[in-house]
Amino acid sequence: MAATIQVDNLEIVGRRGKGTELPIVCNVSFSVQRGEMLALIGESGSGKTTVALSLLGHIRKGCRIAGGTIRVAGYDVTALTSHECRSIRGRVISYVAQNAGSAFNPALSIMRQVVEPALVHRTLPRRDLEARAVSLFRALALPDPETIGERYPGELSGGQLQRLMAAMALMTDPEVVVFDEPTTALDVTTQIEVLSAFKAVFAERGITGVYVTHDLSVVAQIADHAVVLKDGAIREAGTVSKILFKPEDPYSQALLAAAEPRSRQADLARQPEQRSLLDVRNLVVGYGQRTAAGLPEKVVVNHVSFSVPKGRMLGVIGESGCGKSTLARAISGLQPWAAGELLLNGEPLTGNVRERTPDQRRHLQLVAQNADSVLNPSKPIGQTLARVVRFYGGLRGAAATRRVNELLDMVRLSPSLASRLPSELSGGQKQRINFARALAADPQIVLCDEITAALDTVVAAAILDLMKELQRDLGLSFIFITHDLHALQSICDLIAVLYAGQAVEVGPAMALGKGVHHPYTRLLHDSVPLMEPGWLESTRIRRADETMPATLLNSLSLDPELCCFLARCPDRVSGLCDRVPPPVRSVPAGPRVLCHLPAPICSEFLT
Amino acid sequence: MIAMIEKFRSRHDRALLLIVFWLLLALFGPLCSSHDPGAIGSQSVFSAPSVAHLLGTDYLGRDTLARLLNGIRHTVLLCFASTLVSCSVGTFLGIAAVTARPWVEALTGRLADGFLSIPSLLFALLVIAVFGTSTTALIVTMGVIYTPGAYRTSRALAQRIARLDFVTVARARGESTPYIILQEILPNMAGPMITDVGLRFIYSVLLLSNLSFLGIGVQPPKVDLGSMVRENMLGMAYGSPAMIVPVVVIGILTVGINLALDSSSGRR
Ligand SMILES: Nc1ncnc2c1ncn2[C@@H]1O[C@H](COP(=O)(O)OP(=O)(O)OP(=O)(O)O)[C@@H](O)[C@H]1O
Ligand code: SF4
Ligand SMILES: [Mg+2]
Repeated sequence: MAATIQVDNLEIVGRRGKGTELPIVCNVSFSVQRGEMLALIGESGSGKTTVALSLLGHIRKGCRIAGGTIRVAGYDVTALTSHECRSIRGRVISYVAQNAGSAFNPALSIMRQVVEPALVHRTLPRRDLEARAVSLFRALALPDPETIGERYPGELSGGQLQRLMAAMALMTDPEVVVFDEPTTALDVTTQIEVLSAFKAVFAERGITGVYVTHDLSVVAQIADHAVVLKDGAIREAGTVSKILFKPEDPYSQALLAAAEPRSRQADLARQPEQRSLLDVRNLVVGYGQRTAAGLPEKVVVNHVSFSVPKGRMLGVIGESGCGKSTLARAISGLQPWAAGELLLNGEPLTGNVRERTPDQRRHLQLVAQNADSVLNPSKPIGQTLARVVRFYGGLRGAAATRRVNELLDMVRLSPSLASRLPSELSGGQKQRINFARALAADPQIVLCDEITAALDTVVAAAILDLMKELQRDLGLSFIFITHDLHALQSICDLIAVLYAGQAVEVGPAMALGKGVHHPYTRLLHDSVPLMEPGWLESTRIRRADETMPATLLNSLSLDPELCCFLARCPDRVSGLCDRVPPPVRSVPAGPRVLCHLPAPICSEFLT
Repeated sequence: MIAMIEKFRSRHDRALLLIVFWLLLALFGPLCSSHDPGAIGSQSVFSAPSVAHLLGTDYLGRDTLARLLNGIRHTVLLCFASTLVSCSVGTFLGIAAVTARPWVEALTGRLADGFLSIPSLLFALLVIAVFGTSTTALIVTMGVIYTPGAYRTSRALAQRIARLDFVTVARARGESTPYIILQEILPNMAGPMITDVGLRFIYSVLLLSNLSFLGIGVQPPKVDLGSMVRENMLGMAYGSPAMIVPVVVIGILTVGINLALDSSSGRR
């Protein structure tokens, strides 16, 4: 039987500006049999997205296919006209992009956008499509599958959008699906759900897939074969178990080594206690109208308290949609809060950024989540930085240029980049600029919202190193929001675990992995994918056993005061947890936990 | 200059170049003909093209080419002015709806919906019946008619951009609203707005030609493409260029810009 995807000697060249053509992809050949999943592995800039997109007949502006053939499901993609390409896109082959946030139109409801591609190809009437979309939403473990379609993209979290994007791609029942890092932006517990949903849907419909990723443990779970790319050329190809366990190429070996968690902890933790810089006290943030009790209709951040000492890094971890970004927006004064207070250097901050003093604004900087949309696309990055330098420091002309160069140097970028537009930078470079912009204000504390989420391991590791360096050299404090437990453990001094908007655990990062913890922390710890095939299935099964059956849950009058983790908690005590709200307990030399019985982390969960 | 042309080319704003071409033609075209567009230069009416009258003569024996160049001037300048009015007012209101308080959006949105529900020709007839057919009245009328459309486009664009993170970051920095509008939002709207300007321009050319053809647009002694067609209706029987050429020019003007717009948005 002929392979569903057959790529032979693919060559793609491209040019920047008026320069000569440079090879981007050279001599790439691979094939994927029907129903199989191929992983394309490589760091950013290795050409993995370019290869993946070429399967859809899409070539970025300024690039072209210089040789080779691509056959997908019987179509010779390289020979198709652009019209023919469009007609097979979505119907025969579809694409799940890396950054779902920017792929949705904020002005249209989710359902309209999800059924749109299927309507274009007129596969089914709208009513059937909507029913199908709802079943996909359910399969992809989205909350409220019946009604989520009526919401607008702005009301959903990044991880939710990512899954909706996958639903959109699966709507037309394509033969081939190309995934570009679809779970990079997801937290570990959701990632398990999504990966097994993908796997189930694929097995059921016999979908052939190409999965672009840098996360090797995900590769172990989902792919059958893997191709390692570096600088546009194949370094190694073979079955997943061969590449992950017996890599021959030195580059594959290096990638594997980078995936190992590594601690960046300095001996900072042993230094004396610092005074606290930022205090969050019983913060309540929500959306919608206020109810009679003075609280918003939909409470997203629920009585969260923690404080960040000077020069320390606090990690906030939690699953997608638990309110991490909302918390960050509230702290930076973009989302007013309903109750609680926020103190910076002991002085209260207001919930509206306009009412804060210039110094308060300068001292607290936000580095936003989405590397693709954080930089103004029509301004060269030098200007973007210069503006901040001028806004806060009043520097102009040569002094401003000097400071901009200094900032670029601080984030390890060459000053020659200053004249480039954001579209001419890679994801990692954009994120560094994003960082430099925050540093330009000379802040005391920087809020980083998922800044490494969209980056590959190697680049993300470099950014984490950079953060640690800045913390050491400039004495900066950080709030590092993430869903990546490894990253968190490797750089943070303190952690706050968020679940459904509540800080279920706040404590020193050192204590993570040993001692007593909240059951959710344990769950998180235990959801970080291991690099062993079959881990996904076994974890899934264990998880399903632990979860409280839905019927049982509905029969409870769900009191919002009760433990928010009740439905998923493996350790709950009936009669106690479903009756009495959990108390806040402090574990000696450990975290502060919101639970009746903080569970010890068993040694088997230590990684 | 070369860099500017490069920039235009690289952004595929051919539509803009085309509009500039028509503007230049409107400004300098009439200088190219030695005939006086108002003077009766020949005894024969609806004469065929000759060396003296390159496009023949019209129903009074005036030089068609001179009148055509003059007609283009009126049509293009009038429509350009009204497009400028509608697009700048529309963009202003659209951005205000996004950045100002919620009631501004509610109010402008309602008004725009109301205006959009009135057929444009009917509205023009009404206004002209009241205010007459002076050039200013025509420009303002057409400007008002196409403002709601421009408002909608710009509001949708601004809404989309205002939600992007770089705007959030600017707000968190404490930038003033004018700065955010001028530096962060407007530059990123420019591309799609040019398409919109082109479309509004085409609409106003068609509307103005309609009005003039009905005799309530540009009034003699001034002439525009629509009124030329009306004047020379009789010439249709003789296949006179005086009637056919203005029709063709209207077609070239609108279809040309439309094609340029299509090719530019297709490549984006
Ligand atoms: N403007 C809004 N109106 C209503 N609900 C909203 C709005 N913005 C966010 N939400 C909801 O608030 C919850 C928390 O969103 P938030 O963006 O803070 O999640 P997050 O923890 O950052 O998730 P992720 O890791 O996916 O980025 C989500 O359920 C989301 O749907
Ligand atoms: S309070 Fe009970 S249900 Fe909640 S996390 Fe603790 S043990 Fe589990
Ligand atoms: Mg978020």
